[in-house]
Amino acid sequence: MHSARSADTAELARRIRLHVVRMVNRGKSSHVGSALSIADIVAVLYGAVLNVDPADPHKPDRDRFLLSKGHAGAAVYAALAETGFFDPSLLAQHYQNGSVFSGHVSHKGVPGVELSTGALGHGLNVATGMALAATRARETWRAFALLSDGECDEGSTWEAAMFAAHHRLDNLVAVIDYNKLQSLASVEETLALEPFADKWRAFGWSVAEVDGHDHAQLHAAFARLPFAAERPSVILAHTTKGKGVSFMENQVAWHYRTPLGSDFDTAIAELEAAHA
Amino acid sequence: MRDAFIETLTELAAQDPRVMLITGDLGYGVLGAFAERFPDQFLNAGVAEQNMTAIACGMALSGWRVYTYSIANFPTLRCLEQVRNDICYHDCDVTIVAVGGGFSYGQLGMSHFATEDLAIMRALPNMRVVAPTEKWEAQDLLRDLAQAKGPAYLRIDKDAGGMARRAGERATLGKARRVRDGADVTIIATGAILREALIAAERLSTQGVDCRIEAMHTIKPLDEAAILSAAAETGGVVTLEEHNRVGGLKGAVAETLLSAGARVGFFRSIALDDMFPTVVGDQLYLRARYGMDAAAVEATVLSALSSGLPLGRLAESA
Repeated sequence: MHSARSADTAELARRIRLHVVRMVNRGKSSHVGSALSIADIVAVLYGAVLNVDPADPHKPDRDRFLLSKGHAGAAVYAALAETGFFDPSLLAQHYQNGSVFSGHVSHKGVPGVELSTGALGHGLNVATGMALAATRARETWRAFALLSDGECDEGSTWEAAMFAAHHRLDNLVAVIDYNKLQSLASVEETLALEPFADKWRAFGWSVAEVDGHDHAQLHAAFARLPFAAERPSVILAHTTKGKGVSFMENQVAWHYRTPLGSDFDTAIAELEAAHA
Repeated sequence: MRDAFIETLTELAAQDPRVMLITGDLGYGVLGAFAERFPDQFLNAGVAEQNMTAIACGMALSGWRVYTYSIANFPTLRCLEQVRNDICYHDCDVTIVAVGGGFSYGQLGMSHFATEDLAIMRALPNMRVVAPTEKWEAQDLLRDLAQAKGPAYLRIDKDAGGMARRAGERATLGKARRVRDGADVTIIATGAILREALIAAERLSTQGVDCRIEAMHTIKPLDEAAILSAAAETGGVVTLEEHNRVGGLKGAVAETLLSAGARVGFFRSIALDDMFPTVVGDQLYLRARYGMDAAAVEATVLSALSSGLPLGRLAESA
């Protein structure tokens, strides 16, 4: 059963990647590596996990998904378009003059986006507030926040981590896009996070580690939520920045660089071939 | 003012189960009864103002009406980006309550002086900025804010103000309250430092100077009509605030006058010079020490009236 769903979400992820590369090329914008990094996670969430309804984006019992690493907004816009929140043709407006489709994800005028982010270290905190709101109101929806590894440099992230465990928010899920590259260098060279899983455990979270590009593993992990009663759950998703485009993978340069000309053609060709 | 705030918030919480009070580990002896009576509507977020503010956003986006509570700069400056990006950009129904406006915690030193908050909060889109001049005004304005919804900053003074409510009197959000009528000068004050204007006006009246006083408890949205009336109907305008002279009440009033092309006899500001006080003392001591007390108001008005600049009605009647 997982394999059929995995095939569906893998195809969704491939389409998200194609949109992302086209959006970044057209907008001459950046963060393509960060958006490709989370395509599989976002595809599994929107394709199979989240209780959301594109026909009623504000339905009260929906799961909330917050992209805390707002710079990867292109991947979320693409996922929302592909799952029916708005017409995919609108993605052409990304980064364009006069558009609401900002590089860092924005809720203003974009159906399905819960929170505008861009400054790091906000998403997990707001998601924690949402999880607390649901708990206090005795409602059963969940709050998900997708963070970058670099974002765990922010002290506010750990304020939320401590708070969520203290308040036993098992309706809260953090997913870390652990691609191990920051803007200028690796995570280990910048501010080492290891032993990362132990840090979360020490803060009172239940932890799962998955290959963040393996759809079967992602489905299985999300199906086990919460990992422990009365504990928030964190999924450390081991990923590759730039995943899906060979020359972008694991390259710091593609944090900011735009695929143009032959780079763009090659990237599209690789992603289209991945379908075959 | 602090006790008046919690008394009114208790009423609001009793009426609406989605009213939520979040403290940043402050308010011992003040918030206890509230916490006991409304355990589901009270939260101590710990000493973590960034998280407190983002939690407030998350709860507000989920249908709660949230009040964050801390001293002076902690629920504002410590977490300014959360206030801006999370609360204001998402137009959240969150009221940030800062106890300790101005020099309220004057003995504690610079870290606890809220003397730039009005300017900084005023610069944020969607944010209402309220600094009650009297204890009872804080209660009226809190009720108005609860009705109005959306982001707000409520600056509470330790000073309880200087004048009891007169029969039928009420403070209304966004509308200046005429405390005293007069024709020679208008003193526009925000926060409980208004009491210094009242004292000065009494002294000035014995010298034949007739002061109008406007309680400008709401800095944003600003009652521009009251300011323009002051310019048109009285000899000049003096602003009074327990705040840096940059960007707060003075800035707001000056912007209003200049934008409207108003002709004002004179314009003076009584505020803290652009500096950090290095000595400590109680609120009244520091007002005097830094030239912001009744004596300073009196001297400023007299000097303005005799400065040779275009005079108001005092000059005309002389």
